[in-house]
Amino acid sequence: MKQMVKMEVHDLNLWYGSFHALKDINMKVYKHKVTAFIGPSGCGKSTLIRCLNRMNDLIGNVHVEGRVLLDDKNIYDKDVDVVNLRKRVGMVFQKPNPFPMSIHDNITYGPKLHGKKRGLDELVEEKLKDAALWSEVKDILGQNAMDLSGGQQQRLCIARCLAVEPDVILFDEPCSALDPISTGKIEDLINELKRHYTIVIVTHNMQQAARISDYTGYFYLGELKEFNKTKKIFTNPDNPETERYITGKFG
Amino acid sequence: MDRYTKQTIMKGVLWASALITISFLVIIIGFIVYKGAPAISWEFLTEAPRRSGRLGGIFPAIVGTIYLAGLAVLVATPIGVGGALFLTEFSKESKFTRFIRFGADTLNGVPSIIFGLFGFAFLVYYMGFGISILSGGLTLAFMILPTVFRTAEEAIRAVPRWDKEGSYALGATKLQTIWHVVLPQSISGIVTGIILGLGRAAGETAPIIFTAAILNPVLPESIMQPTMALPAHLYTLTSEGISMQNAFGTALVLIVIVLVFNMLVSLIRKKKALRR
Ligand SMILES: Nc1ncnc2c1ncn2[C@@H]1O[C@H](COP(=O)(O)OP(=O)(O)O)[C@@H](O)[C@H]1O
Ligand SMILES: [Mg+2]
Repeated sequence: MKQMVKMEVHDLNLWYGSFHALKDINMKVYKHKVTAFIGPSGCGKSTLIRCLNRMNDLIGNVHVEGRVLLDDKNIYDKDVDVVNLRKRVGMVFQKPNPFPMSIHDNITYGPKLHGKKRGLDELVEEKLKDAALWSEVKDILGQNAMDLSGGQQQRLCIARCLAVEPDVILFDEPCSALDPISTGKIEDLINELKRHYTIVIVTHNMQQAARISDYTGYFYLGELKEFNKTKKIFTNPDNPETERYITGKFG
Repeated sequence: MDRYTKQTIMKGVLWASALITISFLVIIIGFIVYKGAPAISWEFLTEAPRRSGRLGGIFPAIVGTIYLAGLAVLVATPIGVGGALFLTEFSKESKFTRFIRFGADTLNGVPSIIFGLFGFAFLVYYMGFGISILSGGLTLAFMILPTVFRTAEEAIRAVPRWDKEGSYALGATKLQTIWHVVLPQSISGIVTGIILGLGRAAGETAPIIFTAAILNPVLPESIMQPTMALPAHLYTLTSEGISMQNAFGTALVLIVIVLVFNMLVSLIRKKKALRR
C-alpha cells in the first residue's frame, strides 16, 4: 500500500554563514507516521527539523536552498505566510518552555492569538486530556506553569501545541531533559498522537527511535546517510555506516 | 603567613569596604535628616516660599520637580524602550547596532551641565521653547535616555530565546510575541530603568538651571512656563546664603523622593525574583 506523503524535502541545502550545515537532503514525511532523525550530536538534526516550520528564519545569517513541500506546496515560496505555516506545523522543544503564566493561559495562548474567543475552557480540558495531563492538573489550572515538574511542563507544551490544531508536530529531543518515567509517558503520548497527527522527532537515543518511529533517517555531518523504514534501519540497513552507528561501533 | 590567615585578613578588608560604603550612606542621610528635619512642617511642604525662601515653604518647587521629572520620563520611556526593542528584536548584531549602543553609553557619560547648555542653546533659543518646563523636561529626557534605553535593552535581551521560539512556533507574529512574551518578562527591568531615570531627573540641577528653573514662586500653568524645582531651589538657598535650614529641609524632601524611587526599584526586583 502506498503511504500518503505529508511533507517532502527536495535537495535541501542550508548554510549558517559559510558553514554548510545541511547537504542535499531528500526525504519524505509520511502522514500519520512517526519519522525519527538520529545521528551524532551536531550533525544537523535540529537544523533540518527547524526547516520544516521555518524556525531558522528567526536566526540571522542563514541561507536555505531547495524545497520543502507541505501537502505539495513549497513552504519556502515567497507567497507563504510563515505564521500560517507554523499553525499547521507545530513544534515541541528540547527544553520544556511553557510561558511563565497559568496552565490555562498557556493552552489558550495560541488559539487566542488566532482569534478564538469562545469555548476556551472546553478547549483547555480537551487538549490537556489529549496530552495526558488533565488528571494531574485539572484542579490547578490557574497555577503558574513554571511550578509543574519537567515532564508535566513538556506535556503542557505538547497540549499548547495541539491547541492550535496543527497537522504536523515536530519534536526536537523532547525527552532529553526528562527522567525515564516522564520519557515513557511522552513516548506513549506520541504513539497516541500519530493517529491524528503526523510526527517528526529528533532523538539522540536510538532505542527511542526504534521504539516509537515508523521511519528513521540517519544523519552524519550534515548529510542524510540513510532514510528507511525503522525496522529496516535497525535490522538490515542499506548503508554500512548506518549499521556501524546503530550497533554502537561508532559515536 | 599561611593561607588561612591571608584569607581572614582579606575578608576583614572586604568587610571594612562594605562597612565604609554603608556608613557613608548612613552618615549623609543622617546628617541631612538631622539638619533638615527642623525645617519640615506642613507649612513648609504646602506653601510657596516667601522672601526668596527664607520663610514659607517649597510647594512650587515640589510641583515643578514632579512636572519636570514626569515629562522627562514620559518622553524618554517610549524612545528608550522603542530603541531597545529595535536593537534586540528587529535588527541583527552589526556595526550599526554596536554604534547605537556605543552612542548611548557615551551619552550616559556626558556631564549633565553639557546637557543643560545644549538644552539652553537648542531648545530654549533655537526651537524657541523659552525657559520652560518643556525645555527642562526635554533636556532631562535626553539625559536619562541612555539609562532607560540600556536597562530596557538588557532586560529584553534577558528574555530567553526558547520562550520567544515557543511563541513563534505557535504561529505568533513578532509583535504578538513582543507584546505577550517579551514585554511581560522584561517589564520589571524596564520599569527599574525608568525609576532610576526618574530619580536622576528629579535630582539634577545642571540641566534645568538654564532651561526651566526660576526663583519666582508661582505655580506653572502650562508646560510652556518656567517653574521652580527642588535642586535649583536648594542651590539658590545655599549659594546665596539665604537659609541653611531651609536648604537642608529642601535636601531632605529631595532625598526622600529619590529614596522612595530606589525603594520601588528594589521592591520590583524582589517581586520579580519571587515569580521566577
Ligand atoms: N545558529 C547557528 N549558527 C551557526 N552554526 C550553527 C547554528 N546552529 C547550529 N549550528 C551548527 O550546525 C551544525 C548542526 O547543528 P544542529 O542542527 O543543532 O545539530 P544536532 O541537532 O544534530 O545536534 C552544528 O555544527 C552546529 O554547530
Ligand atoms: Mg539538536
